[in-house]
Amino acid sequence: MKFSDKFEKRFTEMLAHYPTPRSVLVPTLLYAQDEVGYLSDEVIAELANRLSLTELDVRNVISYYSMLTTKPRGKFNVQVCTNIACMLRGGEELMEHCEQKLGIGNKGTTADGVFTLEEVECIGACSWAPAVQVNYDFHENLTPAKLDKVLDECRKRIG
Amino acid sequence: MADLVSHPDEVKVVSKRFGQGAVNIDRYLELDGYKAVQKALTMQPDEIINLVKNSGLRGRGGAGFNTGLKWSFVPKQSAKPKYILCNGDESEPGTCKDRLIFEHDPHAIIEGVMIAGLAVGAQTGYIYVRGEYRYLLEIVQKAIADAYAKGFLGKNIFDSGKTFDIYWHGGAGAYEVGEESALMESLEGKRGIPRIRPPFPAVVGLWGGPTVINNAETLASVPHILLGGAEWYANLGSPKNGGTRLFCLSGNLNKPGVYELPMGYSLKKMIYEVGGGIPNGRKLKGVVPGGSSVAILTADEVNADVAMDFDAMLKAGSMLGSGGVVVLDDTACIVNFALRTIKFYKHESCGWCIPCREGTDWLQKTLIRFHSGGGVKKDIDNMYYLAENMLGRTFCPLGDAAAMPVIAFVKKFRQEFEDHLDGKPCPFAKHSGAQQSPVMA
Ligand SMILES: Cc1cc2nc3c(=O)[nH]c(=O)nc-3n(C[C@H](O)[C@H](O)[C@H](O)COP(=O)(O)O)c2cc1C
Ligand code: SF4
Ligand code: FES
Repeated sequence: MKFSDKFEKRFTEMLAHYPTPRSVLVPTLLYAQDEVGYLSDEVIAELANRLSLTELDVRNVISYYSMLTTKPRGKFNVQVCTNIACMLRGGEELMEHCEQKLGIGNKGTTADGVFTLEEVECIGACSWAPAVQVNYDFHENLTPAKLDKVLDECRKRIG
Repeated sequence: MADLVSHPDEVKVVSKRFGQGAVNIDRYLELDGYKAVQKALTMQPDEIINLVKNSGLRGRGGAGFNTGLKWSFVPKQSAKPKYILCNGDESEPGTCKDRLIFEHDPHAIIEGVMIAGLAVGAQTGYIYVRGEYRYLLEIVQKAIADAYAKGFLGKNIFDSGKTFDIYWHGGAGAYEVGEESALMESLEGKRGIPRIRPPFPAVVGLWGGPTVINNAETLASVPHILLGGAEWYANLGSPKNGGTRLFCLSGNLNKPGVYELPMGYSLKKMIYEVGGGIPNGRKLKGVVPGGSSVAILTADEVNADVAMDFDAMLKAGSMLGSGGVVVLDDTACIVNFALRTIKFYKHESCGWCIPCREGTDWLQKTLIRFHSGGGVKKDIDNMYYLAENMLGRTFCPLGDAAAMPVIAFVKKFRQEFEDHLDGKPCPFAKHSGAQQSPVMA
């Protein structure tokens, strides 16, 4: 199992930050997922081995955190907030708009593997609602038209 | 990058350096940066604690506990290392303020962690940033590295002979991890299941060592208190509620945004003046004044005017909470709003205890059915009864956080629930079309 040099450097660095190696687990899982796309059996086995944990231990942690996934996702994970502040300013309509535009439901992935759609809870953008996060990028004060632009940009980026 | 706003009534303390380029450490130094920690190095630990105590600074994470007092609970002698843990999990719906501090003034948080460390005799601090805030985690990583490069962190800080280390830590999506004991579990690489208390973290925390857990805004306020003095800070706010606070105005407002206002500021003015009032000539229906977990206030309660401090809000039957002020106009459906609220707590419940796990599930099922037109009259009382019976019967405060808003929605807006009965269409919105769940016996 090979991760990038950047990953390895960060991993080694982080281990020195804590009295117990296991403490690196949560952030490391997310970094691994960012590289591989999801937490594959291979990634889980590798991290369990490195941190002297059982695979079950690692899976147990993965299942707790909403950003971690053991299933492949599209290249762009479109996360629409429909929590209270966004709901009041059109978050639910944005979600419906995405469902129609992308032709998928919550947690679905487009057939070409470009987009995954996810309805998420508050992402800390309430004063700039409604908000959507595409991978780690925040898009705020959205309208369906503005969101269309964001999605079109994504498509362009992969050519 | 979130937009900044301003209003003449603002008193900028924590937000003083917003938009000033203070992420850059040299710029931060020009703006009085790292002066407070150098001052703290000349003070006795008890002096620092008393100063913070007397400033009336109360935790900005939600519970509003006096910060200096919290620090004073850490035992002077400890066989195990002591820790400072900065809580940057910011996930309470309606709350988006710590984000701005991380984005514009990360060194203030670092400085706050250091001062807290000097006050309680800790040599290590962790800054935990929620996983969704990846760009902020990168800002924090750089800020920490810059502080090390200048010799502000590490061995012999500011030639004092003292050692202080700060490390960053990232989450991976979990509201419950914002709860202090679950936060420690998460930092230790586990599921965020809360720990039983006592012992409190101040005595037994991270890896068994005494640990101070403070919200990012709380810690970012500390350097200003050290430089400005306890009296100055206390006088900015209202009695027993020192200083200012970042209020996150959201929902149906003309000028939503994060504004720094004195503690005790009028809620009515916050909505009609600072927030620019309700758009499109609509009327105010209610305000959730402290993040999604607190009781809603009706328009009448808001118009009767309440001071936004911890004590006045409690007296008004709600809580100041996390500083998230969510405004609903008369087109918002309370039943749908309640459903959104409870969906969140159902999703975030760690499942450890039954009243929270099952209670949120039943409330969600009932509200889905109710909002989609399948409600029966007794659902209304059942929801109220169920929520009331969750109160105080759970392992951590998430159960209460889920129950309190529901109780208030039913109590204060019963008519809106009744208007949804007998298969009537939602008077405010379209049907959600969600599947129907069974009626509670
Ligand atoms: C379910 C739950 C979630 C919480 N989330 C946060 C949070 O995201 N950020 C935060 O600072 N405090 C949060 N708190 C409060 C913390 O438990 C803790 O009281 C706080 O971090 C202490 O810091 P303070 O005294 O500076 O407010 C949460 C509490 C509960 C019960
Ligand atoms: S109240 Fe809810 S979140 Fe808290 S411990 Fe119990 S189940 Fe977990
Ligand atoms: S409610 Fe959508 S970002 Fe907070």
